[in-house]
Amino acid sequence: MIAFLIYLPFLLVFVIFAVYAERKVSAFMQDRIGPMETGKFGILQSFADVLKMMQKEDIIALAADRKLFLMAPLVIFVSVFTGYAVLPLSADIQGSAAETGIYFLLAVISLDVIGILMAGWGSNSKFSLFGAMRSVAQIVSYEIPLGLAILCVIMLMQTLSLQEISLQQVGGLGFIHWNIIQYPFLIVPFVIYFIASLAESNRTPFDLPEAESELIGGFHTEYSGFRWAVIMLSEYGMMLLVSLIAVILFFGSWNTPLPNLGPVRLADWTSGTVGQLSADVWGTFWILSKAMLMIFVQMWVRWTYPRIRVDQMMSLSWKYLTPIGLFMVFVSGFWKLWM
Amino acid sequence: MTMELTNYQIILLFAVGGFVAIMGSLVTSWVLRPRRPNEEKLTTYECGEDPTGTAWGKFNIRFYVIALVFVLFETELLFLFPWAIVFGDEGLNALTQGKWGMLAFVEMSLFILILALGLAYVWGKGFLEWEKPDVKVTDVESKVPESLYEQLNTKYQ
Repeated sequence: MIAFLIYLPFLLVFVIFAVYAERKVSAFMQDRIGPMETGKFGILQSFADVLKMMQKEDIIALAADRKLFLMAPLVIFVSVFTGYAVLPLSADIQGSAAETGIYFLLAVISLDVIGILMAGWGSNSKFSLFGAMRSVAQIVSYEIPLGLAILCVIMLMQTLSLQEISLQQVGGLGFIHWNIIQYPFLIVPFVIYFIASLAESNRTPFDLPEAESELIGGFHTEYSGFRWAVIMLSEYGMMLLVSLIAVILFFGSWNTPLPNLGPVRLADWTSGTVGQLSADVWGTFWILSKAMLMIFVQMWVRWTYPRIRVDQMMSLSWKYLTPIGLFMVFVSGFWKLWM
Repeated sequence: MTMELTNYQIILLFAVGGFVAIMGSLVTSWVLRPRRPNEEKLTTYECGEDPTGTAWGKFNIRFYVIALVFVLFETELLFLFPWAIVFGDEGLNALTQGKWGMLAFVEMSLFILILALGLAYVWGKGFLEWEKPDVKVTDVESKVPESLYEQLNTKYQ
């Protein structure tokens, strides 16, 4: 219940600042200054954008399939947001403690694809349909390596609950207890996971579904006003979601990265007392800070690499990531049983 | 009266809550926005030309094959997840001197290998090949010598 009251407002505020951050980060990486007019250093730019989009006329093409067109943004957003239900924020704050945890999460974010297909098909525009077809092919292809990378961690942790995975990474030595340090070979599944998660959230270099130079806006070409904003909201929501999962699975979840060094009890000082408010505040602070760092890396990747071609996208998933992912499943099995 | 939500009710709460939040903002936007449709505005976008025909038609069969391969592998994952949390069960492994883990691991290895064979088959059949663009490299005989470019490149280092 508390998790819901934290995640929903946080997501909405996060999107506003993430859009601003994205524009500033891209500007600094390209030696520009980015938005500067609205507020100090352009800090109010995204608020102005939201206000503007609220007042934009909502255009639904006559040729479109009205029902599908109207429902698609909702399906996309709800499927992404429901994924947040199983994520922990600290030792005590967690939405749903369902034992299926990550299994449920993978299932529900797959519904995103249906929303995208509805948007593309419902628009009855050639650009939208091509964008949606590409998007579906891309998302389903990368779902396999993504699942395999997550599977490696699950095999080592022996649980599907994200909270349990977090609890297994608790310790006085800070980052030493993180999965990626405890099981060094997890760096390979992590890289697979990171690449696949970029593809899942349609981020550059995998933004072929909305390649603006060939497909205008891809599956959301026909959307305008606030409906378009909902699609963008879901994209940023997906970015945050996959970053949080990466943090939970590989980088110690809500645990502090600082170790206890003799009398300098850095880990204890930055973890709070379990069961009290301090633990919740520190836990939430650490998991969200790590996720923000991951999102910065996603933005960094976006403004560093060019978009890949369709054939490269397909062969990367099926010919490289999937076989390597299968191999890593064997490695994890060996490690779990014989190490 | 205190109400404890079960785990799946909380998940439902997230779904409904997300839906309501979005509907709320859509309604706000509906109140604020103008409605002045005209025929030009309501045509499908096709680079400013009048759209020809409908987009609902045939598309490449390759998408279908990819979808089939996806379904196979997703089913594999579906079975792998429940297996992953029991094959290393410490109690069962201690009870059977590690035979439980060994058996589960070998069985699942066979399952994965069969699917890997399937992937190799699809790969060999060429269903994973997508059209590649022909890259034509054209050599240009430039009157500007290479060294001038080199000079320019190193100028600002």
